[in-house]
Amino acid sequence: MARLIIMGGGVSGHTTATFAKKWLGDEHEVVVVTPNSQWNWIPSNIWVGVGQMEKKDVVFPLAPIYKKAGIDFRQALATEIHPNGKADDDTPYIVISSTEEGKEGQTEELSYDYLVNATGPKLNFDATPGLGNGSGGLSGNTVSVCTADHAVHASEELKEIFAKAKAGERQKILVGTGHGMCTCQGAAFEYIFNIEHEARKANVRDMLDIKWISNESFLGDFGMGGLHMKVGGYAVSSKLFAESLYAERDVQWIIGAHTSKVEEGKIEYELLDGTMHEETFDFAMLIPPFGGVGLKAYDKDGSDMTDTLFAPNGFMKVDAKYDAGAYENWKASDWPVTYQNPTFDNIFAAGIAFAPPHLISKPMTSPNGTPINPTPPRTGMPSGIIGKAVAHSVCDMIKKGKDVHLHEASMADMGAACVASAGKGLFDGSAAAMTVYPVVPDFEKYPGTGRDTNYTFGEIGLAGHWIKHILHHMFLYKAKLKPGWTLIPE
Amino acid sequence: MKQEEINFGKSEQFNLTMIPGSFARRMRKNIIWQFFRFMVINIKMLIVVSKSH
Ligand SMILES: Cc1cc2nc3c(=O)[nH]c(=O)nc-3n(C[C@H](O)[C@H](O)[C@H](O)COP(=O)(O)OP(=O)(O)OC[C@H]3O[C@@H](n4cnc5c(N)ncnc54)[C@H](O)[C@@H]3O)c2cc1C
Repeated sequence: MARLIIMGGGVSGHTTATFAKKWLGDEHEVVVVTPNSQWNWIPSNIWVGVGQMEKKDVVFPLAPIYKKAGIDFRQALATEIHPNGKADDDTPYIVISSTEEGKEGQTEELSYDYLVNATGPKLNFDATPGLGNGSGGLSGNTVSVCTADHAVHASEELKEIFAKAKAGERQKILVGTGHGMCTCQGAAFEYIFNIEHEARKANVRDMLDIKWISNESFLGDFGMGGLHMKVGGYAVSSKLFAESLYAERDVQWIIGAHTSKVEEGKIEYELLDGTMHEETFDFAMLIPPFGGVGLKAYDKDGSDMTDTLFAPNGFMKVDAKYDAGAYENWKASDWPVTYQNPTFDNIFAAGIAFAPPHLISKPMTSPNGTPINPTPPRTGMPSGIIGKAVAHSVCDMIKKGKDVHLHEASMADMGAACVASAGKGLFDGSAAAMTVYPVVPDFEKYPGTGRDTNYTFGEIGLAGHWIKHILHHMFLYKAKLKPGWTLIPE
Repeated sequence: MKQEEINFGKSEQFNLTMIPGSFARRMRKNIIWQFFRFMVINIKMLIVVSKSH
């Protein structure tokens, strides 16, 4: 009997665990180590953050689902990896620290035959002074929608802003990125237009100044270097598409910005031209930069070998080309295909946890030497697809031997569908629905835009909004492993 | 003044882009057209999904 341990039960890890268990059956063991007792469909946190959904609509308890599936669930944080085992035993193992009520901090060693790191991002609020509270959490200066609890808090604060606006007090809202090296602009983009939509519904739009701030060098970069899509018979840059939407909804923008300091009601930021500025606000939602979750790795003799498994940003090294050099040399083939660790063939990383080879957007630095550019996004669809491919590979290795051909899922060969929806009503909402294929542009295959413009498109309307609703219900249904769950694509 | 023209005048940023007129805005909410687009977008998304697996 082989044991597969999956660290992290989010979008990617949950996909890996559930498919692996289905394919391996009871002959082999699948263990999930994840700190939360509830699973969260993160994209719908946006609706929680504007008070259109409650926390209970976007989470469900994991234990009964894993029990039904036959997956061993450990509510804990993985803290250490010992890929070569101990001095007197070669069996690899990890150390976990319980987060279960009443057992907090209790540690345990779990041996493994295969290990998947799907721990997602560390929300690195402390990278920007005043954005974090100095001990890893969010300071009270801004809000966040990255977790369901953050989103509940954001919604309460927003309610107060709307109340003040209703009472005739003009309010300033700032939404975007809280550092020069952030990703996940799409989430902030969706949040700002949901606020704008709700403000109209509440008849307070006239009393709000809504502003966007981001590290993108142009609006519509989205961490993917922008995209070209077919709109109204034209192939247009996402810059024009995004600018048009912001202008239509009266949302001003600041771009190429590194938020360097946050205080109560005020941020300081540096622009790509090196100049320093300030912006005041009454309500701000700023996405933090992401990093690896800080897992450590140790050799048999107890020496630290974290550098062997992880890149300096804390994400796990996989089969990517990390020495591609300057922007001019970057190729689609630099991106990982199997997500296997180059040193240990029984370790994989899936979803946000893998170290990308480089940015997708063009690297930019201010004259003061501050890097101001989005880091590559790894959204839900690629995270799910990678999770499934990794599950496939591990199952094949367990059943057929280590030399099998591994399953491939390169982001340079994979699309992503993103729907940024504003509003929640079926007939009063609207959404920007976008697909991009491939996520990482391939200029050898698609000279010019780097992408297939037949399948890279975007449009605004009710249709996208309906799709967002369907996705919300479909993915929660799938994650709960209800009948036919395997038929729903990632 | 038409609604789309109001925002052009609000800032230099807005002035240099395109803003949809009333027809484009109406079509975004037109149930029949949007139902048709719903089918088209779904098919395209399914093709993207199948190309990605
Ligand atoms: C507000 C918001 C909106 C978004 N909207 C969209 C959208 O509309 N469409 C889209 O495609 N994507 C969206 N995304 C991105 C999407 O949520 C991510 O791509 C996806 O969650 C990544 O999956 P993952 O499994 O890599 O990470 P996660 O889903 O974050 O899962 C990581 C898991 O690992 C656990 N973990 C952390 N540390 C440890 C540890 N030490 N040991 C064990 N477990 C650990 C975490 O608790 C978590 O459960 C959004 C993101 C945000 C923040």
